[in-house]
Parts: sequence; C-alpha cells; structure tokens
Amino acid sequence: MKPTILVPGDAAALALGAEAVAAVVASEAAQRGMAIELVRNGSRGMFWLEPLVDVVVGGERIAYGPVTAADVPGLFDAGFISGGAHPLRLGPTQQIPYLARQQRVTMRRVGCVDPRSLDDYLANGGGAGLARARAMPAADIVRIVTDSGLRGRGGAAFPTGIKWRTVLDAPAARKYVVCNADEGDSGTFSDRMLLEGDPFGLLEGMAIAGLAVGAAQGYIYVRSEYPHAIAALEAALAQANEWLGSFRIEVRKGAGSYVCGEETAMLESIEGRRGIVRAKPPLPAICGLFGQPTVINNLITLASVPDILARGAGWYRDFGVGRSRGTLPFQLAGNIRYGGLVEVPFGLTLRQLLYDFGGGSRSGRPLRAVQVGGPLGAYLPASQFDTVLDYEAFAALGGVGAGLGHGGIVAFDDTVDMAKQARYAMKFCAIESCGKCTPCRIGSTRGVEVIDRIRGGQHEQIDLLRELCETMTHGSLCAMGSMTPIPVTSALNHFPEDFR
Amino acid sequence: MDSLARVASIIEQQHARPGALLPILHEIQDALGCIPPDSVPLIAQGLNLSRAEVHGVISYYAHFRQTPPGRHVVRVCCAEACQSVGGEALAEHARARLAGSDVTLEPVYCLGLCAIGPALQIDETKLHARVTPEKFDALIEAMEAAR
Ligand SMILES: Cc1cc2nc3c(=O)[nH]c(=O)nc-3n(C[C@H](O)[C@H](O)[C@H](O)COP(=O)(O)O)c2cc1C
Ligand code: SF4
Ligand code: FES
Repeated sequence: MKPTILVPGDAAALALGAEAVAAVVASEAAQRGMAIELVRNGSRGMFWLEPLVDVVVGGERIAYGPVTAADVPGLFDAGFISGGAHPLRLGPTQQIPYLARQQRVTMRRVGCVDPRSLDDYLANGGGAGLARARAMPAADIVRIVTDSGLRGRGGAAFPTGIKWRTVLDAPAARKYVVCNADEGDSGTFSDRMLLEGDPFGLLEGMAIAGLAVGAAQGYIYVRSEYPHAIAALEAALAQANEWLGSFRIEVRKGAGSYVCGEETAMLESIEGRRGIVRAKPPLPAICGLFGQPTVINNLITLASVPDILARGAGWYRDFGVGRSRGTLPFQLAGNIRYGGLVEVPFGLTLRQLLYDFGGGSRSGRPLRAVQVGGPLGAYLPASQFDTVLDYEAFAALGGVGAGLGHGGIVAFDDTVDMAKQARYAMKFCAIESCGKCTPCRIGSTRGVEVIDRIRGGQHEQIDLLRELCETMTHGSLCAMGSMTPIPVTSALNHFPEDFR
Repeated sequence: MDSLARVASIIEQQHARPGALLPILHEIQDALGCIPPDSVPLIAQGLNLSRAEVHGVISYYAHFRQTPPGRHVVRVCCAEACQSVGGEALAEHARARLAGSDVTLEPVYCLGLCAIGPALQIDETKLHARVTPEKFDALIEAMEAAR
C-alpha cells in the first residue's frame, strides 16, 4: 500500500498556505521516486497548527505542523512518512491535548476521513443511521430524535423532534427539508468545517429527516462566502445519488445577505425573491418552502442526527447538562491564542474554553470582553467568564435574553473600545436589516447616530439609546431587530466607562 | 457568444427549475463578471416576472453587481472576530493602498476564518489569514506582478 499523506483542503488551512504545501509534497515525492497517496482532508480545527500534515504510521495518524511549503523537503529528509523525528512533529494527532480533551461527536470524522470519498465515509461509521431509519416507521425516527434532547444548533435552540413532528403531522403531497448553512455569525465556522471535512454526514442527516417527515426533496442553502464548502458539497452530492435513494438534494448559493440565515427569509431566497422575513404564523413546518410543510434546520443539527439514529437517543442524551443535551462544536475565535473548534458536551464554563483551551488572548494582553453567539449575542465581561455554557444559563444572563447562538465565541483584549463595538452592532443591523420593520430599519441607523453623539461627549443621550433599544426589542418581527440591542445593552451595562 | 446570447442560454437552461432566479443570477455573474442591466428584461421575460421584481432582487443582495468590477476583487472581513485582531486598521490600510487602482475593494462580513483573522478573499477563492498591512502590500504587489 502506498503511504498516505494528508494535507487539509479546509478553507482555513488554505488561507494558511496548505495548497502550496500539498503541491510541494506531491512534487518532492515524485522527485524522490516515492509513490504516495495524497489526501486532502478536512481540518481538525487547531488553526495555530495549520497547515497540519498527517501521515499514517501503523494505522495511526502522526501530525506535523504548522508546515510551510519550505519545510516539506526537510520533512522528507527526516523520513516523516514513517513518523520520523522533526521539530514540527507533534506526535499522534489524537493525543494532541487540545483534541484529546474534547468529545468529538458530530465533528468526529472531520479531518480524519477523505471528504471526497463516500467509501471512506461508510468505512468510518457513516451510513448506519440511515440504514436504521430505513427500517423504521417515520414516527419512530421522530421519537428517537425527540428523546435524544437534540435542540436546534442554529440559534433558537428549539427542540428538533418537536419541529419534525409538526411536519410529519402536516398532511401534504410534497414536503421539504431545508438545511441552513448560511453561517453568517462572525466567530463561527463549524458548518463550513463539516461541509469541507465530512459532507456526507450532512447528506445522511437530511435523508433521515426526509424519511422522518415524508419529504423527498432537500435544499442546502450555503452562503456565497464559502466557495470551497460549496465545491466540497457538490463533489459529495455527485457521488451520493444512489446511496441517498429517492431523496434528492440541491445546493443553493446565498448572495451575501445575513438576514437570509433567518429561516423564512431563506425560504424567500430559495424561491427566488428578496430575503425578506415572513410573518409567523404560519410556521414553515406547516407552510414553508413553496407553501409546503418544511423542516428547516441548521447544518450541525442535521449532521448530529445520523449518530443519534445509529447509537440511540439515550447515548446522545447522556452528554450535556440540564436541558442542554449532547455536544456543541464551539468555535474559539477573535483575539485568542489557540483558536479553533472545540466540540464538548454542554456544561463547561466560558473560562475553561477561553483559558484551558484558548490559552488566553493572542496579543498576550488581558481578555476584556467576549461576545458569545454571533452579532446578536451579548458581550460578557471577565466577571461573567464562569458562566456555564448551556442554553438556560445564557438565556438567564443579566436579563438580556442572550443565547449561545451557533456556538461562536469571539474574544477581545483590553484594547477594545466597547462603545465602538456597540456602534458596530447597530451599524451591522442597519446594513443587513431586511427593511420590513421600522424599529429595525430606522432604529438601527438612529442607534449609530446616537452612539456617535455619546462618543462625542453627549452622555445624556445614553437614556435615548436605551429607549431605542427597548423599541427595537419589542417592535421587531425577527431577532435581527429584536436582538441587536443585546450586544448594545450588554456593552452599556458592563463597560459603562467606555461610553463616558 | 455575445453576452446577451449567453444570458439567453443560461435562462433557457435554468428557467424551469423551482426558484430559478438566484441560480440564474449567479450563473450570469459568474460568466460575465456582473449582471448587465440589459439582461434584466430577458430574465424578467424568461421567468414571467416584472423587470422591477428582477431588479429588486439584484439590488437586494450584496453579492450581485450590475457593473463590471475591477481587474481583481478584494474582500476584507469587517466582522467582529477580525475586528478583535486589527481588521479595521487593515480595512483602512487597504482603502488607502487601493485608492485609484483597478482593484475593487469590498467589505465582507465573515469568511469563516475567524480564528486566524484578519482575513481576506481575493477573486472569490483565494484566501489569506492573519493579514497585517505589510502582508497586504506584499499580496497586492504579487498580484500586480502576476499580470
Ligand atoms: C437574522 C438571523 C440570522 C440567522 N442566521 C442563521 C444562520 O446563519 N444559520 C442558522 O442555522 N440559523 C440562523 N438563524 C436561525 C434560523 O432562523 C432558524 O432558527 C434555524 O435555521 C433553525 O434551525 P435549528 O432549529 O436547527 O437551529 C438566524 C436567525 C436570524 C433571526
Ligand atoms: S427585525 Fe429587521 S430583519 Fe427582522 S423582519 Fe424586521 S426589518 Fe427585517
Ligand atoms: S469574522 Fe472575519 S472571518 Fe469571521
């Protein structure tokens, strides 16, 4: 058998030079007359070590990283193909502490398998969930998903089984499954990593959802900012037709609109219109895509389903705390030393993620503020770093009604100006508002102006800013307008000195 | 094939699929670099929509453009995670560096590279991480030298 060398094709690895590394690996091997198998795997999500090159020695992966193209000849000289000693040698990949301390469930194959090979997927535990689902009545699939305690990973944390039940019970000749891979939140990249590293896992989850609710057609809506993910997905789909049976999946590319991540705006967009949020009711589960009952779930939600079917509801429910069951692939981002993907059961504290995994700030300065859950998430000061990472603890935070969102964690050091961050939150809302509600459309623009005046010294305007936030919270149709006040008021509450 | 003929053939191939408008717009822009205003009546006719509806969709989405971009398109991430590591300074530097050049500079709100910011994207597919102003200049110089 030819020795295997794995160089990630993940977008983050590419941004750090993986393409050049792969090219030199291929040319060096050729020059030395060595036959190798070069696999472009996903990333393990330890970005300070990317490009992280794996070799297979005695069935085990040995990692080298971060590798530059210039390092490659030296690696060959050191015999890295058989695990030779080299300053970049990190040892067995799975034993790297950052990975060893995680419990990879949904993301467990990412970085391990060849994302372009259905055979590799099936040889690594893929397919078992779909096989079981095919032998079950639809209602049983729904019950297993309900019993697992799985809640939506896109932001609202709604119980997935209950949503599926509604669609199953809705009588209709045609139903749809829509995967939300819009991943617009700053600080998040788990959808992207799964698409680029284990796309068949998503396809399997969607096919199971189709069986569970009686849908034969699925759509995957991926943001246009993710061309590599789209390519990986298309490549997987091209192989998966037969395996998926009668379930058909189509990829739809977004077009640079954050609000199209909101489920009804997404349906509008797939139907070929502007991404304007629909009023609810009717729920998409009753009247969704093209007016038909539609399951719409986040990518990570759907990709969590195959193992739940394969291993049972109890197995999944045993991870986690309280009403937050299972694992969440957290994403450590921003000014953080060891940024990356950390999949753990719910229940760790924010501090454990920031310091035990993240190693503190990248700049070496103290961490001052952390935004959890994307642009609509709260800014937490250091005094709240002991908050437990579960849905309930975050919803209770200081009464601001924040969430964990999609699990993105963005760290800022003490050079951050929180009034500026509050301004950005309003500005982002003004840019991305779909325009349907006045408090969101006009309020956000006013919010920017008011914060500018506060920053210019008119401190009495803080009351006005709070009033404006109230109006947006209560007068907006969707979370874009109603939750933009969360980063603003959390900044005001915890960092008042920045508004003076 | 002239550009309107290409538009017509794209519409011909795609018009029957449900929700065809966005895929059609993407394909036109990928083929021609933009969605030329004179393609709007063709699209409207092909999909049985009004011109205003088609125009409304094109202008709603930040990704679509109606005029050709510069020789290269550079998108600098302006979202929070990149802000936390100097993204704003990078964006300002990029603006000054590219002023008057034939490179189109656009903001983008997250590229999914949030642990290795500041991040940017060149011509849709080339990604760069931990971009300092110095690294930015080197990237632009390399891009210009490669012409
Ligand atoms: C402005 C806005 C943006 C959103 N963006 C996303 C997104 O990028 N991805 C996502 O999965 N959900 C997003 N959501 C949440 C979706 O509306 C919806 O709750 C989710 O797709 C449901 O799937 P889940 O139950 O599996 O989480 C967004 C919501 C709002 C209001
Ligand atoms: S809150 Fe904003 S984004 Fe949401 S529906 Fe209203 S205007 Fe549109
Ligand atoms: S915030 Fe810049 S890449 Fe995500």
